[in-house]
Amino acid sequence: MLHLILFLVFGAICVAGAVNLLVQRHPIGSALSLVVVMASLAVEYLLLGAEFVAAVQVIVYAGAVMVLFVFVIMLLNAGEEERTKGSRVAMVLGIPGVLAGGLLVAWVLIRRSGENAVGLGALPGYPKVIGGLLFHEFLLPFEVTSILVLIAILGAVFLASKPEAAPPSPTGKES
Amino acid sequence: MLSLPVFIIASVIKIVLVIVILLTAVAYTVWLERKVVGHMQNRWGPTRVGPFGLLQPLADGIKFLVKEDLTPPHVYKPLFIAAPMIAVTCALTSIAVIPFGTAITVLGYTIPMQITDINIGLLVILGITSVGVYGVALAGWSSNSKYSLLGGLRASAQMVSYEICLGLSLVGVLIVSGSFSLREIVESQSGHFWGFLPKWNILYGWQFIAFFIYLMAAYAETNRIPFDLPEAETELVAGYHTEYSAMKFAMFFMAEYANMITVASLATLLFLGGWSGPIFGPPLLQAILPTFWFVAKVFVFLFIYIWVRGTLPRFRYDQLMAFGWKFLFPLAIANLVVTALVVAYRS
Repeated sequence: MLHLILFLVFGAICVAGAVNLLVQRHPIGSALSLVVVMASLAVEYLLLGAEFVAAVQVIVYAGAVMVLFVFVIMLLNAGEEERTKGSRVAMVLGIPGVLAGGLLVAWVLIRRSGENAVGLGALPGYPKVIGGLLFHEFLLPFEVTSILVLIAILGAVFLASKPEAAPPSPTGKES
Repeated sequence: MLSLPVFIIASVIKIVLVIVILLTAVAYTVWLERKVVGHMQNRWGPTRVGPFGLLQPLADGIKFLVKEDLTPPHVYKPLFIAAPMIAVTCALTSIAVIPFGTAITVLGYTIPMQITDINIGLLVILGITSVGVYGVALAGWSSNSKYSLLGGLRASAQMVSYEICLGLSLVGVLIVSGSFSLREIVESQSGHFWGFLPKWNILYGWQFIAFFIYLMAAYAETNRIPFDLPEAETELVAGYHTEYSAMKFAMFFMAEYANMITVASLATLLFLGGWSGPIFGPPLLQAILPTFWFVAKVFVFLFIYIWVRGTLPRFRYDQLMAFGWKFLFPLAIANLVVTALVVAYRS
């Protein structure tokens, strides 16, 4: 019972954070709302029994990725965004589109509720179970994903590296 | 298993006790630092308030409480007020999963010396400390001043970089002990090598390298000398907390010292065998000794912190980043690979 109440409360916080993310005018406000969304998602994972995923969600997304977002916003000193009155396309296509999408998701969820559903606290989320799955059953997808990440890192390094002709940095070496 | 009312009463008592002890420890770590650094610099440190200046933390506390709480007009107020709260909350929360000793028996109930024992304890600490970065970063940004912003930027870059080394240095210990639970990690270190050497993780294989990496990363994470660039007073006035006064400033101070204590406790638990040590004497002494050993090891770690502060100069920022990424990070990866190979070979 307590689990269910907590699940609903944090679900509401998650949705409220997501709405606030869109409404906020300042980038910092939006980034912090996203942190709230990530953190409440982590609590939802925890309530489902996926402790490890919850912890990783906080460490990686709330703790590292979003800190970098905030860092970039601080570095660029981005100001408040300007509001326009909104385009007509958004009014004509966007709102009915969102409504239709929401209805579709709700319909699928209601139709298929109960099939393969995981009860609260029922996921086997122990680190050992996840480690076993990653290194036995899903070894190939896991390794392929790590190669993908490596390629992304190489791409980022290539894009960020300075061309040869650039003058050396004042300290004499790049950090 | 305890019944629900007993569990709630025991938990509340434990939480209040731990918070009171932690805050007292924070206050007296400040006193210790002033005293030790004072003696290292050939002066006395605080002496006027109480014997050996022992009441100085109390006087400081009263001063912080009654001082005028100044909010500069140009700050972004909601975040300016929230930032110190985030910092101090994260710093105090992480103590919740740290075990201080074995269980004690009170009135027939066996109560573990820990607020809560969860099987991902170590990850919880890493998660909470990684969220703690926001306190510093937002303080720097919301103050709307150059020095604060520079301090906040330096702090967030530095803490994100060194968090990786910190995490990687702990993975070796995790491979050796095979658990995320801090209690199980400590229990895996009981016993001796060859009958006399304590079976602490720091003495296992090449784990002293991991300990060295952890030590460096921990100094950087808590913004201490030689990595205290976010508040480098010779360049940035006071860094991210330049604009703060009275209790809000004190909250940052408390957060820094509480983080130091958490980091010291974690080092004790993971590398120095936690509360293990010689146990002897009458039953009462036997009940107290494990906690005594734990506190003694934490104290030694804190003393080294202060010692380093009294000894080393500050790094330059590019040196800090190069040290983190070009030296500590590869070393941590190498340590991880070697430890994994050794454990795989032995099993």
